[in-house]
Amino acid sequence: MTTNLTDLHISEALSLLDKKEISSVELTKAHLEEMEKARFLNAYITETPELALTQAEQSDKKRASGEKIGRLEGIPIANKDLYCTKGVKTTAASKILSNFVPPYESTVTQNLKDAGTIMLGKVNTDQFAMGGSTMTSYYGVTKNPWADENGEYTLVPGGSSGGSAAAVSAGLCMGATGSDTGGSIRQPASFCGITGIKPTYGRCSRYGIVAFASSLDQAGPMARSVEDCALLLREMAGYDAKDSTVVNKAVPDFTAALTGDIKGKKIGIPKEYRSKDLNPEIAQAWDKGIEMLKNAGAEIIEISLPHTKYALPVYYIVACAEASSNLARYDGVRYTTRVDGNSLDEMYENTRSDGFGPEVIRRILLGTFVLSAGFYDAYYTRAQRVRRLIYNDFIEAFKQVDAILAPAAPTTALSYEAMQNMSPVDTYLGDVFTTPASLAGVPSLALPITIAKNGLPIGLQVIGKHFDENTVFQVSGVLESLAGFDKKPHHVKG
Amino acid sequence: MSFNETTIKNISKLARLKFPADQEEKFTEDINSILNWVEELKEVNVDGIEPLISVSLQEPWMRKDEVTTGDLQQELLMNAPDAVHGFYAVPKMVE
Repeated sequence: MTTNLTDLHISEALSLLDKKEISSVELTKAHLEEMEKARFLNAYITETPELALTQAEQSDKKRASGEKIGRLEGIPIANKDLYCTKGVKTTAASKILSNFVPPYESTVTQNLKDAGTIMLGKVNTDQFAMGGSTMTSYYGVTKNPWADENGEYTLVPGGSSGGSAAAVSAGLCMGATGSDTGGSIRQPASFCGITGIKPTYGRCSRYGIVAFASSLDQAGPMARSVEDCALLLREMAGYDAKDSTVVNKAVPDFTAALTGDIKGKKIGIPKEYRSKDLNPEIAQAWDKGIEMLKNAGAEIIEISLPHTKYALPVYYIVACAEASSNLARYDGVRYTTRVDGNSLDEMYENTRSDGFGPEVIRRILLGTFVLSAGFYDAYYTRAQRVRRLIYNDFIEAFKQVDAILAPAAPTTALSYEAMQNMSPVDTYLGDVFTTPASLAGVPSLALPITIAKNGLPIGLQVIGKHFDENTVFQVSGVLESLAGFDKKPHHVKG
Repeated sequence: MSFNETTIKNISKLARLKFPADQEEKFTEDINSILNWVEELKEVNVDGIEPLISVSLQEPWMRKDEVTTGDLQQELLMNAPDAVHGFYAVPKMVE
């Protein structure tokens, strides 16, 4: 075997495992070795090598004995440290949960376990998934495995699922779970040159995922190909009695949608996304994607999503309001950390102020304010009303088109130095292309298309109708094969 | 409307947070700039538009109120900073 095991796609590894050309133990060991070499990237918060090897040994035995095996049997993956994993520390990249060991497993990670996957560890994220860089993590920033123009690792991987994106990109796992509230799967996928899908709201259970903004949070996979995302999502998704927002709908075999044929498909190009200050290289990549779909026989239609420019402010009001409520549970009584005070109230204040980072505090303050008496209607209710207009924009657009093509992020990966000097509002602008689909609850997949002059990947997103991930995969599959993106990050090239 | 020293004291009290004066000033400034930025929502005509609370296509449903996970009392209390007689314990409130 000369194949580099950490370069393989999940689909390729499954076929090699089936043919007994490799074992899960070999595959897992190869990834554990890469993880050790790449510790400087700080992709993982917690590595679980012993657990992984035990799981891999059991998986190989299962396969050898002819027992019924899972559809992803023996595939090593990483979980965002926002997913509760039974008996394995789950920090949400925060100080307040730094010792939290959940006595239960999230539904999505349980589903992946049941499918036969091996967990390599828990990967970094922005604290409570609040951020777009992993810079708000209590455990330090993750480095993007793509180097800057001087060959230095000074770039952020994006976020919040930045640890997932960096680990997938650098070959430190075959795929990873991410979560997306306003772009937290798609933006890091774009920054790290990998693929990730935020499915329809209600496709995956949120049970056991540390909550940020409950009406927006959605689980999704990140991997090195569209097909791998399809394979992972099929296992992650599905009805769950433990989350009342999950839709009771059969989960299709998403890989069946990868027909390679999109003749006659109508693709919408939202004119509001092409603002005058759109980065010219991002615009070119977008045009390139449009051209590819046209050449593949799709019909390109200009569409309007008139309320696009309001998506970001609506998002920050709604998400912070929900966050302020969700994070009220960290009170120094139930979740491991307590800082004593002279009264019960003072204990709450001391615990929370010590345990939350500044970005989390900022969002709790904003959320508390927009929900407070006298301001609730002017901010929160108004934002929810505008949210309906944004939702309606998509419903109207999808009367005309089957899918929408747009940029995934307004820039390539930024340096952490540049981000440190940005105001909170400036950093929020990084979500400009991703929040609309989040607010509408529609599925959206980001994939790499090309390389910018600075040597960094540029991604596009394909947005679909509610519960029509099939079309999203179908269109993305064609884009992927026409783009032929095969560039590896500097860390992998060596 | 501006978010001032009085507002931040009130809001941080509601959110059970507290911080030194220099941070208070910084947070006040940050929140003000965010509030200025979201002002543009005021230009949208939302007359007769119902607030969108959830995008789930699943109608809310009631489940039976019953234990389905088995007895997790001990496991859950393992994460408690303080527990007594099988319960979460808080600092003494009443003399």
